[in-house]
Amino acid sequence: MSTKEYAFYPGCSSQLKASASNYLVSVNSMCKTLDVKLTEIPDWNCCTASISYAGGSELSRLVMNARNFALAEDNLPGQDIVATCAACWLGARESKERLDHSTQLMDETNEALAAAGLNYKGTAKVRHMVEVLIEDFGYDALASHVVKPLDGIKFAGYVGCQTNRPFGIDGESFENPMYLDKLVDTIGGEALSKYEQKVTCCGGALAFSEPEKSQKQIKDIVESAYDQGADMIVTPCPLCQANVEVYQADINKRYGTKLAMPVTYYSQLMTVAYGGSAKEAGLDGHIYKPKKLQELAGRNVAAKK
Amino acid sequence: MSDLNTTNAAKYQNNFLKEVEEMVEEGEWVKMCMQCGVCSGSCPLGSSWAHPPQELFMMIRAGKREEVLRSDSMWMCTSCYNCIVRCPRKLPITHIMHGLAAYAHKLGMAPKMQPTRDFSLIFWKNCIHKGRVNELKLTISVYFNDGLIAGIKKGWSMRNVAIGLLLAKRLNPFELFKSHDCKDVKGIHAMLAKAAEIDNRRHQHTA
Repeated sequence: MSTKEYAFYPGCSSQLKASASNYLVSVNSMCKTLDVKLTEIPDWNCCTASISYAGGSELSRLVMNARNFALAEDNLPGQDIVATCAACWLGARESKERLDHSTQLMDETNEALAAAGLNYKGTAKVRHMVEVLIEDFGYDALASHVVKPLDGIKFAGYVGCQTNRPFGIDGESFENPMYLDKLVDTIGGEALSKYEQKVTCCGGALAFSEPEKSQKQIKDIVESAYDQGADMIVTPCPLCQANVEVYQADINKRYGTKLAMPVTYYSQLMTVAYGGSAKEAGLDGHIYKPKKLQELAGRNVAAKK
Repeated sequence: MSDLNTTNAAKYQNNFLKEVEEMVEEGEWVKMCMQCGVCSGSCPLGSSWAHPPQELFMMIRAGKREEVLRSDSMWMCTSCYNCIVRCPRKLPITHIMHGLAAYAHKLGMAPKMQPTRDFSLIFWKNCIHKGRVNELKLTISVYFNDGLIAGIKKGWSMRNVAIGLLLAKRLNPFELFKSHDCKDVKGIHAMLAKAAEIDNRRHQHTA
């Protein structure tokens, strides 16, 4: 298979020792198996997320995102920009949409970008890693690399908000997107299709500013996974992952519950299914260890198919 | 009252809808609301809003300027985009809420000590400082936003989360001194200064 190349936008949380650094570790391992070449956009900057609105004007937020586009166009011409973080993808894609639909904003953005010696032409496409997997590979191609099916492990597929709304993955519904469950099935795991908190909001940035209100959301998300008999939750979003994992102890204190549910990324599951080690899958980056996945990763398999 | 608030209140007088249309990001959509209430029913923090989106839209049309801009309702938005995808008229409700909140803040009318407002300002400052978010400083700024004692208390109450993340290698205490910075911080600041200049120019044009 020929190498697929993308202009990679990893985002702030993926950096070394940041909150989603293990997500990046697993994405790199997964891409190695798939023969995908991710080249970081040189000197990329923050997408400003959805929460910057009180501090940053519309134009300054657009300019921040357009800087990444311009850097990608200049340094990695012809390559699609691929983000792994839901907020990066949404922030970038929303910015691109606004710029492509308004000559005034486009002109103003380029006037500002010129101060950094850059220019945005509007050619680079913005995509999520999940889109790359589903659209550029497809489930069958993804399944062909499986050497360790995730037999007998039950996953609550938690899609969350920003990988799902307002853009979502092509052909999926907002209320019940199926791609995460299908990915789990593809690599031999058991997707709990009746998990009803699939697209519930974890509170997002308000987990910081309104912890009580957000933790009520998170409690529902985790308890429903227990109700369905899940071994772990799996998600495509680094903020969902962090919020749903790290506040469980706080929730236990607040509500007297005993939550200790591991929360993993799709890319970790795929890395293990593709024969990667626990370290290559970033499984050492969890507060609640995904034990069944760790055991499987540590097990030897017969020669590759 | 801030100068801008005085100016805009006088300029638009009893036409708050017009003020929102001209001054609020995506505000031109407000008149399209048909009051079905799907947005209010779809909001994950719906019960925490004194005035859910549908109500805010009607209040804007009814000229309730003070009540809308001083409300902490729109600061409850988690950016989940449920309202946007469900709105039968496809109003960008999430963005209108952000726009209203930002405008209220700009006029000096947003509630004092509104935690999400404060977080939004801290986040923006943090991400543009070096071009990338410094998660450790972000957390510390949020915890110490209410003062030193409150910060220590909050930090202590969250110590288990911090230790967990530290052990999982997802928190770096050295980020206090050295963060993942962009190389061209100077260029980023220059383009943002230019963007502010353009914002100003546009504002003077509409004023």
